[in-house]
Amino acid sequence: MTTFDQVLGLGDDALVAAQRLAQWCARAPELEEDVALANIALDQLGVARLLLTYAGELEGAGRDEDALAYLRTDREFRNVLLVELPDRDYAVLMAKLLFLSAFQRLRYESLAAGDDERLAGIAAKAVKESAYHLDHSALWTVRLGDGTELSHARMQDAVDEVWPYTHELVAEAPSLRPAWLSTVDDVLTGATLTRPADAWQPGGGRDGRHTEALSYLLAEMQVLHRAHPGARW
Amino acid sequence: MSDDRRLTGPAQVPAHDSPLWEVFVRPRRGLSHTHVGSLHAPDAALALRNARDLYTRRQEGVSIWVVPATAITASSPDEKDAFFDPAADKVYRHPTFYVVPDGVAHL
Repeated sequence: MTTFDQVLGLGDDALVAAQRLAQWCARAPELEEDVALANIALDQLGVARLLLTYAGELEGAGRDEDALAYLRTDREFRNVLLVELPDRDYAVLMAKLLFLSAFQRLRYESLAAGDDERLAGIAAKAVKESAYHLDHSALWTVRLGDGTELSHARMQDAVDEVWPYTHELVAEAPSLRPAWLSTVDDVLTGATLTRPADAWQPGGGRDGRHTEALSYLLAEMQVLHRAHPGARW
Repeated sequence: MSDDRRLTGPAQVPAHDSPLWEVFVRPRRGLSHTHVGSLHAPDAALALRNARDLYTRRQEGVSIWVVPATAITASSPDEKDAFFDPAADKVYRHPTFYVVPDGVAHL
């Protein structure tokens, strides 16, 4: 039985990831990368809309995708901490996208084969997009990791910084962990990067306990809707 | 960007790290790849992915080629007359003396 919280968690992961990616619009290292990141952001947003709409129906309280996206506070968001972390460096963005898309691909694959037809339909559409997000982030991880001394150091820093947060992401579906690790290991090895040791495992995002970064992200995302409720283009 | 660089102008701006690639897209099976534009990318794999994002966002194609712009040898505008004008008065080179059967597409 699919629950409101499950679908909300998946939807919030996609929504917050989309917002973070969109923040790179006009700031990416190259024009071409700018378009690629915006494409990925829109993929994530598209899936988020379908999932939040479905979550609203499961809840049965009359909340639609906009109500869920724009009118909840940070404590009511159920995304994992990984997606809300600020991208202080392009390498951090790529590390986050690598870990997230490697997991999303596996998660959507298993949901696409699941009993819930509505969720299976959404997941089947999303899984092809996740495969591309994984491909894109893996390419850049390898190029930065196996690039110059400086790019290697920054990519390794980024992987070290983000790694603790992957535990919360993958904990949701422990059976997928071996496949996820194998995907991620292949990329890290190809990028001459070292997989960090498992130590600190921050969590709490699924219960609404977030880092302060989420509040700032939501403030920017929600300000227009809150200032002009129901505004339309 | 420092003030110095702005004052000294474009000559001080470092050259683009990524070479230029020309992009060719095949719109659908049975048609040839057509030049659609160019882009910057550090290597061939990324050029192909950038091309996918820039030129096939609206299902414009089923196949993409990327070619380093430096690998293309182009005719010079100065040679235009010698290259192309002599073909102007040779009507027998055009298949205008045949009737094209109905239903032949892309000819």
